[in-house]
Amino acid sequence: MCTTCGCASGETRIEGDALGHGHAHDHSHAHAHDHAHAAGPAYVPAQGHSHMHYAPAHAHAPGLSPSRMVSIEQDILAKNNAYAASNRQSLAARGIYALNLVSSPGSGKTTLLVKTIDMLHGRLPIAVIEGDQQTSQDAERIRATGAAAIQINTGKGCHLDAHMVGHAFGKLPMPEGGVLMIENVGNLVCPAAFDLGEAHKVVILSVTEGEDKPIKYPDMFAAASLMLLNKCDLLPYLNFDVDKAIAYARRVNPDIRVIRTSATSGEGMADWLAWIEAGVVKARGLQPNLQPLPA
Amino acid sequence: MHEMSLAEGVLQLLEDAARREKFTRVTAVWLEIGRLASVEREAMAFCFDAVTRGSLAEGARLEFVETPGSGWCMACAKTVAIEALHEACPDCGSYQVQVTGGTEMRVKELEVDS
Repeated sequence: MCTTCGCASGETRIEGDALGHGHAHDHSHAHAHDHAHAAGPAYVPAQGHSHMHYAPAHAHAPGLSPSRMVSIEQDILAKNNAYAASNRQSLAARGIYALNLVSSPGSGKTTLLVKTIDMLHGRLPIAVIEGDQQTSQDAERIRATGAAAIQINTGKGCHLDAHMVGHAFGKLPMPEGGVLMIENVGNLVCPAAFDLGEAHKVVILSVTEGEDKPIKYPDMFAAASLMLLNKCDLLPYLNFDVDKAIAYARRVNPDIRVIRTSATSGEGMADWLAWIEAGVVKARGLQPNLQPLPA
Repeated sequence: MHEMSLAEGVLQLLEDAARREKFTRVTAVWLEIGRLASVEREAMAFCFDAVTRGSLAEGARLEFVETPGSGWCMACAKTVAIEALHEACPDCGSYQVQVTGGTEMRVKELEVDS
């Protein structure tokens, strides 16, 4: 548990360090205490609700607390969404375009990112937040390109959440007016539901995975704005039906954009970069005081 | 979905509410889970039990209230009842259905001891 705010950060580590806090938190704690009972019924009725608990004063023994109902009416993911909103504000204030890259393990996310950074290098500020259960292999590969990267290890966790990512912001030279790539834990299920504060989720599906993935894991494809159909250089060796894969993706998400890519052959990379740059221009538009990009 | 993360989320809401409303124990929790929400009840109950051990909600009863699934079918131009996400419209078979209700995952209310 995060010792400052009590949030369940479990075994999460950022570059080997457990989560700590630089920012202020409300530290009030609930205390058990004795209290005198007022005479009379003690219940708080919930809104529009039929099963109320009524504790008549004469029926309850002195010293025993009466039960009452407390209305909450809150989304279970409210806390994550609040952190995500805060991340989103942080990013907007610096004109940063953030993307949440999601996929199965082994789809080629990191290789694609390395190739992307190589092709972008110098044109745009770029930094990467890497998410894996263990090791900093991916962050090291990114750093080898010259771009800043930070590794979040989730330990037993299967997805990045907004709280961890917010912490990582504090440890990374943030790419003002540029792009922040968040490479999520390889998992086609859980990350779909966790908003990190990104502008878009980008789902990477490689052609070695089977064209029916979009309908088998629909939540992820529905949550993404763009699908990169990766490792297209391998198509001659596979029985992969590209049109079917795209049709399935459009069935669960009619608005999804699709780009066929290959980090190896370079196919689609220009379109992918153009898509990123369009997003950066939009994000920068919100912060007119930024330094202009190199020509 | 991820029931363990959700159970942790529920516990956080309970702890926040305890500070706000000044109670010390939770004896029952009503969760409003939409028909289309990706929450498996048994997994949720199991994870809730595990996560609340040693907390203010240890041993609390977990109750589920289900809200129905609904979607706007673009082909029919009307709202239809739907049983699952990403399935065809039950009336016309089109996949162009936009979900309008039933994906909620909320903590509705609590029974507490002060």
